[in-house]
Amino acid sequence: MLPLFIRSIKFLVGGAFIFVLGLALFGTISGWVQDPPKETAEEAMHHHPKELRLPSDGPLGKFDNQQLQRGFLVFEKVCASCHSLSLVSFRDLQQIGYSEAEVKKIAKDWPIKQPVQDPKAGTWGERDNLASDRFPKVYYPGTGTPPDLSLITKARHGGPAYVYSLLTGYSEKPSAEALAHFPEFAKTPDGMHFNPYFANLNIAMPPPLTADDQVTFSDGTRATVDQMAQDVSAFLVWTAEPTMQRRHAAGVAVVLFLLIATGLAYGAYLTVWRGVKH
Amino acid sequence: MSFPWARHYEPKNPLTQWIDSRLPLPRFVYNAVGAGYPVPRNLNYFWNFGVLAGVALVVQIVTGIVLAMHFHSSAAGAFDSINGTIMRDVNAGWFLRFAHANGASMFLLVVYIHIFRGLYYGSYKAPREMVWLIGVVIFLLLMATAFMGYVLPWGQMSFWGAQVITGFFSAIPVVGEWIRIWLLGGYAPDDAALNRFFSLHYLLPFVIAGAVILHIWALHIPGSSNPTGVEVKGEQDTVPFHPYYTAKDGFGVGVFLILFSTLIFFFPDLLGHPDNYIPANPLSTPAHIVPEWYFWPFYAILRAFTANFILEAKLWGVVAMFGSIILLFFLPWLDKSPVRSANYRPMYRVAFWVLVLDVLVLGYCGGSAATPGIVVLSQICAAYYFAHFLIIVPIISRLERPKPLPNSITEAVLAGKSGSRMTETAVSA
Repeated sequence: MLPLFIRSIKFLVGGAFIFVLGLALFGTISGWVQDPPKETAEEAMHHHPKELRLPSDGPLGKFDNQQLQRGFLVFEKVCASCHSLSLVSFRDLQQIGYSEAEVKKIAKDWPIKQPVQDPKAGTWGERDNLASDRFPKVYYPGTGTPPDLSLITKARHGGPAYVYSLLTGYSEKPSAEALAHFPEFAKTPDGMHFNPYFANLNIAMPPPLTADDQVTFSDGTRATVDQMAQDVSAFLVWTAEPTMQRRHAAGVAVVLFLLIATGLAYGAYLTVWRGVKH
Repeated sequence: MSFPWARHYEPKNPLTQWIDSRLPLPRFVYNAVGAGYPVPRNLNYFWNFGVLAGVALVVQIVTGIVLAMHFHSSAAGAFDSINGTIMRDVNAGWFLRFAHANGASMFLLVVYIHIFRGLYYGSYKAPREMVWLIGVVIFLLLMATAFMGYVLPWGQMSFWGAQVITGFFSAIPVVGEWIRIWLLGGYAPDDAALNRFFSLHYLLPFVIAGAVILHIWALHIPGSSNPTGVEVKGEQDTVPFHPYYTAKDGFGVGVFLILFSTLIFFFPDLLGHPDNYIPANPLSTPAHIVPEWYFWPFYAILRAFTANFILEAKLWGVVAMFGSIILLFFLPWLDKSPVRSANYRPMYRVAFWVLVLDVLVLGYCGGSAATPGIVVLSQICAAYYFAHFLIIVPIISRLERPKPLPNSITEAVLAGKSGSRMTETAVSA
């Protein structure tokens, strides 16, 4: 009896797992049949990001400094009043074509100051930003928590296209009859803004880019809402990974080197094995 | 032990003679991965993956040691030290970080191919059971290391992944919650947990390196298996590891590095999750908590158990998930067929490919949101996974009528049926 039990234990263990999975399967299917999942408002109304083409796209993408500077201006004039950029330093701006003097001036004039604690009194004061400082943290008292934008194009599906779509995607709340299917959703409190590109369709951020020429670009580019949204998205691609262009350039050299080295290694392999049937 | 015709290390220059007579380390290397190790002449490219896994381990250790020099192991500083300091200010820090993150994926990728090669060619069978057992231990250690490494950047997926995985312990009846809190050093993952993970993440790779040495040692007792599964009969069946397989592995490493570099330099975030670029926030649960791709099949098995039966569903899930790996320890005794290579096992070969498909579908399910359809698919595929190892393979090994085996490796090679390709023998036999 015992040897038989030991010999068949594998079947017993396998059978146990399969039996429990069978119960679970039955439960899932009966639950599915009795209470089929209803379409949610998000499924019905959420949009995938629009298409956005940027010079930084693709495996060989490069930054366009002119565009990044325009994007920085939009960030400075529009986004920066609520959103932090806490992983980026002022000195990093030299990488997108600002001179050292310009960077120092941008830092000095930045409206939000660096907090400093008086080492003797223990009280908090503030000082002007230095080029070596990170962008100061913004404390936002209103509804919602504006996310830090340093990595936003890496932290959302769709990346820059998502940011661009969100900025240009505000629209009227759907009609009452369209909302009738989704009673939960229709109860959304006022003060939220309908945006079909946002995950749950209601975003606390009011439309930030509302009119053409909200900022003035020094390079003569017309500041349409669409242009501002594109440029600030491009800028946020740069903030997410300022070393991206260097990465692409290094990658071309590395892969070319490896292709040659691997070709030589294949030649060595053929030479070593010549005459040995395998 | 080695074959009697293995070449002997004969140091010619006085310095190497001096070293060899005091510490025969060069002799050891010569016999392990040099000309002193005779290897079957008919190994195909699937036999490159052991060396590739070794290369991946070295890449991970080297990049990891340098990254640790810049990493702040604290809940407040970890995210910033990686995404701020290392990615922006450390010289080539972005390269180290992307190499390490994608290196984990490459490591798991080559290890999975290595494991499935072992399954197809019956490399787990006598006399190589110990090689297989140590291999499963390495796989478990590797999964633990990869998981703990993923927690270190302290992004949203790091945090919630840690929450889910340590939550496994709370499935243990009665004392589970207490054990979970003790392991975490708190009620939720925080500084204490992060520092533990960092400490262990630094330790385990060296444990893996030790286990790899045992893996290779155990392999060298019987010598490498080969695509025919027929044991080496004489000197004509083998070639010395060096230069024959060092040359072939050199080419394999080149191809590996091309794929690896393409990921690092052109698609570094392809295999990552956007949510891990959001700093950990204990108050905001991500919409879908998903692990890295290499855990997807196991995650699907975990989530497939949705019914309470004697034990809680969660406990079944955890037991089954670990069980799905633990049962690999028993495989050498579950598969009783004396024929190793699936090229000569028509029924097992079909079962093998169905298993590959099954694991791929499980992986797809594990990476998707748990809709009823996905859960149903996971349940069917998880059941098949256990059935494969615990029911189908044992039965096949009794019923199957294997095809005639070649008398020797050389005979197979000269007949053009070396089995170098997975199906050629099967088609022509």
